[in-house]
Amino acid sequence: MSEFTTLEVVRAGALTTVQDLGRAGHAHLGVPRSGALDEPAHRLANRLVGNPEQAATLETTLTGCAVRVDRPVTVAVTGAPCPVRVGGRPAPWGAPIRLPAGARVDVGAAAHGVRSYLAFAGGVDAAPVLGSRATDVLSGLGPDPLADGAVLRLGPPTGAVPHLDAAPAPGPARELVLPLLLGPRDAWFTARALRTLGRAAYAVSPASNRIGLRTEGPALERAREGELPSEGMALGALQVPPDGRPVLFLHDHPTTGGYPVIGVVPERWLAAAAQAVPGTPVRFVPRRARSVAHG
Amino acid sequence: MPHQAPDRAGFAVRGLPVGENALLLEVDSDEAVEALHAEVLRQLGTAELPAVRDVVPAARTVLLDGLADPARTAALAARWHIPAPTRGQGTAVEIPVRYDGPDLAEVAKVWGVTPDEVVRIHSGTEFRVAFCGFAPGFGYLTGLPSRYHVPRRDTPRTRVPTGSLALAGPYTGVYPRPSPGGWQLIGTSDAVLWDATRDPVALFAPGTRVRFVPCDDRRPAHEDGAGPPGGAPAHPTADLPAPGRRPAVNGARR
Repeated sequence: MSEFTTLEVVRAGALTTVQDLGRAGHAHLGVPRSGALDEPAHRLANRLVGNPEQAATLETTLTGCAVRVDRPVTVAVTGAPCPVRVGGRPAPWGAPIRLPAGARVDVGAAAHGVRSYLAFAGGVDAAPVLGSRATDVLSGLGPDPLADGAVLRLGPPTGAVPHLDAAPAPGPARELVLPLLLGPRDAWFTARALRTLGRAAYAVSPASNRIGLRTEGPALERAREGELPSEGMALGALQVPPDGRPVLFLHDHPTTGGYPVIGVVPERWLAAAAQAVPGTPVRFVPRRARSVAHG
Repeated sequence: MPHQAPDRAGFAVRGLPVGENALLLEVDSDEAVEALHAEVLRQLGTAELPAVRDVVPAARTVLLDGLADPARTAALAARWHIPAPTRGQGTAVEIPVRYDGPDLAEVAKVWGVTPDEVVRIHSGTEFRVAFCGFAPGFGYLTGLPSRYHVPRRDTPRTRVPTGSLALAGPYTGVYPRPSPGGWQLIGTSDAVLWDATRDPVALFAPGTRVRFVPCDDRRPAHEDGAGPPGGAPAHPTADLPAPGRRPAVNGARR
């Protein structure tokens, strides 16, 4: 028996990755920030098991995952609400669960939302890259996405499990409403495109991933032709590729890009975007940013 | 109101809004963006720019991300007096290259010279990493005069091998890992551009000066993921600058 608690991946699910708070500060080297897409859910899961908030969790995608632990350990599931089972018996979502040695924990398909988070006391211990254990699907940094049969190691538990009953589960989102600060390249679009952006019903595209939330809906018409020289891209940037359908950049977004960004969604709204299932209606609420010129 | 003011060097810095906590500073030329980036690095940590999470230079812009008050920073930046960039300090990173790319003849045709002349011109040029992006370790290198700029290929390749030395528009780049790509391939290098376990992790950071050194090594390019032949570094890592000499961009953080 090793000196570490280990997790054996019984069912990896559609895409389950190791995530933490990411590796900000290296964008100038072409390194995306990465990290948990629903950051509040990641932080909550860690708090529920007594971890610091930067400890690594598992982020599932729609179909959940199942793992077996070799020693007793506390786990909590947050993010997208889903059925949780331990050894086949129902267990609470959003609360610390004490797993006995050898127990299998099953995180089922999301009842609504996209991404559930599993925090284990001690956190997932993978080799950090530039200070983070996050899997970046764009650049391939960080641990590989989970595969059936893979074994992960946990770190030593650091804090006491808090006394509480359960965290509140979010309700289903019938619509994703995203405030948008216009710029830096809103002037690349026609007045009609800007009106369309504020009024049209977009929908979350099934082609969305950790890099970006793609949308389906009316194309936004450009006021000028030609190429934009590559420029730095911020988290939450709403980039408009040549097909005119805006793409909202999430944590694994490229650090530079050559398509104009019509506006930027403030970071605190991105968790909701990361939980919007394909087909969810999206409405943008554009407004002008304060006292900086628009180009 | 646009924050715009000509500075001593004769270029204006425009501030464009990027959400609640970022700002895009824009200028009109390669030289101006180099000078602007240098100025941003000088200002970091001062009262003008107390805290920034990321400083991302690009073709005509520098993105400042993680600002408390972007509008205030925009107003301050418009008043910066930015000196012209200084060049030629220290030694350049040397990247050994075999000029054996499949597009070498095509590039020679566009340039109106022989393939040997392409090698002479390209390896005789000192490049500068203007900015990074596309993948960790990928630098957009400038330095070739505009008459040697080439278009992208009409049909991108579905797979460009690791280490490919490539040209597109004003830029030279080296692919740090295999990927699809539309750049014109003129050579191959075994240099490890990105190594997460090394310090520095990236050979190319914005501002790094670079020279490509032709080598006659006719051994095949290394297998992807297998590292250079023989396991030992096939390139003179001793030529790399010490980590302390790199532009202190990481100082942006914390």
